[in-house]
Amino acid sequence: MKKRKLEENIFKALMIISLLGVFAALAGIIMVVAVKGLSSLNLSMIIETPKGGYYLGKEGGIANAIVGSLYLMAGATTLAFIISLPVALALQKEYLSKRFADFTRLVLDILWGTPSIVYGVFGFVIMVYLGMRASLLGGIVVLTLLMVPIMVRAMDEAIRLVPFEMKEMAYALGTTRVETTFAVVLKQAMPGIVTAVILAFGRGIGDAASILFTAGYTDDIPTSLLDPVASLPLAVFFQIGTPVPEVQARAYAAALILLVIVIVINIIARILGWRFARHIVR
Amino acid sequence: MRPKLKMPSKKWVTRKESGNNHSEMNQRLNKRKVKDNVASVSARGILIFVNFLALLIFCGIFWKALPILSLVSLPELLFSSSWHPMKNEFGLFPFIIGTMAVTLLAMIISLPVCMLTSIYLSEYAKRRFREVSRFAIDILAGIPSVVYGLCGVLVIVPLVEFMGELIGVQTTGYSLLAGGIVLAVMVIPFIVSISMEVLRMVPEPYRESALALGATRWETVKYVVLKKARSGLIAATVLGFARAFGETMAVLMVVGNVAQIPTSLFDAAYPLPALIANNYGEVMSIPLYDAALMSAAFILMLVVTLFSLTAHYALLKVGKTIA
Amino acid sequence: MSKIKIKKLSVSYGNHQVLNEVSLDIPERQIIAVIGPSGCGKTTLLKSMNRLLDLNEDVAVSGDIAIDGENIYRPDIDVNALRKRVGFLPQRPYPLPMSIFDNVAFGPKIHGLDVSSLSVVSNKEREGKGNKGTQRLVEHYLRLAGLWEEVKDRLNAPAAKLSIGQQQRLALARVLSIEPEIILADEPTSALDPISAKLVETQFKILKENYTIIFVTHILRQARRLADYIIFLYMGDLIEHGPAVRFFGEPCDEKTKAYISGEIS
Repeated sequence: MKKRKLEENIFKALMIISLLGVFAALAGIIMVVAVKGLSSLNLSMIIETPKGGYYLGKEGGIANAIVGSLYLMAGATTLAFIISLPVALALQKEYLSKRFADFTRLVLDILWGTPSIVYGVFGFVIMVYLGMRASLLGGIVVLTLLMVPIMVRAMDEAIRLVPFEMKEMAYALGTTRVETTFAVVLKQAMPGIVTAVILAFGRGIGDAASILFTAGYTDDIPTSLLDPVASLPLAVFFQIGTPVPEVQARAYAAALILLVIVIVINIIARILGWRFARHIVR
Repeated sequence: MRPKLKMPSKKWVTRKESGNNHSEMNQRLNKRKVKDNVASVSARGILIFVNFLALLIFCGIFWKALPILSLVSLPELLFSSSWHPMKNEFGLFPFIIGTMAVTLLAMIISLPVCMLTSIYLSEYAKRRFREVSRFAIDILAGIPSVVYGLCGVLVIVPLVEFMGELIGVQTTGYSLLAGGIVLAVMVIPFIVSISMEVLRMVPEPYRESALALGATRWETVKYVVLKKARSGLIAATVLGFARAFGETMAVLMVVGNVAQIPTSLFDAAYPLPALIANNYGEVMSIPLYDAALMSAAFILMLVVTLFSLTAHYALLKVGKTIA
Repeated sequence: MSKIKIKKLSVSYGNHQVLNEVSLDIPERQIIAVIGPSGCGKTTLLKSMNRLLDLNEDVAVSGDIAIDGENIYRPDIDVNALRKRVGFLPQRPYPLPMSIFDNVAFGPKIHGLDVSSLSVVSNKEREGKGNKGTQRLVEHYLRLAGLWEEVKDRLNAPAAKLSIGQQQRLALARVLSIEPEIILADEPTSALDPISAKLVETQFKILKENYTIIFVTHILRQARRLADYIIFLYMGDLIEHGPAVRFFGEPCDEKTKAYISGEIS
């Protein structure tokens, strides 16, 4: 009996240590980024573009990256949403055989797991084929590719949670499949769909590897879809590597902004989930 | 039987049955049917499109990688250590080893932590605490890889350098070990959230029956819960492995990037994703360099796909054994 | 005249046979109770009559069901039109994820019904088409379901906020709103508290003037209270059917006697 209790206690202690370790990692990351970032963050950092080159110029801020990320994400999130919602709705069993839908789910899961660098490479191949340079458009397209599997699968999960009895109720009124889908399923799954969009946004905004070749990097704010564009994750990546402390400060500021965005997104996802839940039937 | 039109004088009167109304409804119904059929066809179309897109990515990369095999044989590509693009020597072996080493190291570090954490959260923690922890883990999972990389550069690299000094090894800190640690922290939230879900899938009665026999919590976990959830936990691990395998930026920032086969934890390594990220985009000048990097991308994609498939079938099995 | 004629109806899910060659005629404008122990195919029989069964996977139906002489399992039959004629009230009322108002307005909107064809409405009101008309329509059906007084001040509230008894009457209003001829009800009171159940039963008695109501129940007393006609199923077989008075008064079959006296349940 004593031995059994001892074993229990040892493992319990190990578990608590592990859990504390995980929390400590999170706290540590937030602290490091906050300390470094806050000391480099000021107004000119946010509203100015870098002067004298982003790699060596000591003056200026990361407005190019902030606006760039905004442009990229606005485009990619919109495109990904336009593609993902129909796909997720089409995965319902009313439209297609379960086998085909499940196969597509598997394909999407594989795409979800595919490293983002592969998307970057693929996007670049396509762009070379089309004779395009690294540009806002290229970045948007590649980020869209990256976000679609995430969005679809998250939406799909939400849609599958719609109770069968509720759909049955709609069909019993003599509705067609489309009518049921748009009037009932879409409404009921709305919180999940919103969460899916936000989740995919969170993944997209932090991804650097996919836009490394496709969006490029620049000091300026792009004026057309074919201009190269800066972005927050690449602002961190490029500017941390320089020997100039002022430039590194820009990397810290960018990292802090990214971190704040990720945390805010997680909170918003939860709150929006509740707000859209007004008409939801549990 | 009642005569059909014995309408009571009450106000429960139904619609007038006029012929006009009927044909109007029929027309409307036809329109609705057309819409429904259009939707159904587009549903099929859009799913075919998605599958086609996936195929396109796969084939596109394969097709761009193929030319490399006209220059070097497949075994040479995979097992030669000589990487001199200028001299048309493309051996990916150091990079493959680098990827495997850093991934394995990350898994060795993270797996015990992941399992213990998810068991604690699923089996011991109160609901409230579990929810809060899940929130923290979601945030950890959402942190961009460049931020992990940044923290790696600021904290882990100096730490590794210091450790190297302690045991008398020359190192810059940018090393296999630093890459492994950063990668381990990155995959933890990923594996934990899947494992937790799998563990929660084990129905309560299994636990109750073990506890009712006088087993301790831990014994219940060890003999009942883990047995039931085994293939799900394997799936979680495999998915974590796949995630680590393809992770690019964070590792790239701390691993040193020297094209060599690392012989100790404190040596620099050069994983495949880092190779692609560092060199792709400027390869157009050298013939076949492009194809060599493409073959690296193809290897990444192939391995990750295999892992995903494995995990998929393992998870299917869980669904069957538990339900 | 019989409304529904069922001939040799057999239904199976996969290898599991749920109904065996059930044949019967169902009279018009009465309350018909389908009774029998749980798992005997009552719900399946009900759902076969508006082809809601089609939504299940690997279900096989053979035999035919004719409503007003028209076989509803003919391949060219239109299920949407069929389901408009045959309404369905579920066991647990799932309100649609919209406001109370929209829950009732949804069916008429889909089918293009509007207030102008409602003869109960005065000529003046009939002119108020569009929004005004829909309001009149919604009020009409909510009154018909006996829910109007309770919800008239909060029509825009989410239907999910209603109590379960109110939700069931809302479901009834929704069924009525598509002007069916037949109402199928699957244990419509089993999820309700006694008072709500009583309200629903009262509405049924009023509605049978104009509708054929077929309801499934496992409560024998409820069948006695409400039904004019009884169908007794046991293990997928039709054992006995007939007017309630005869069924309870002088049952022919041994199994029926046993069921009525409570020996099998």
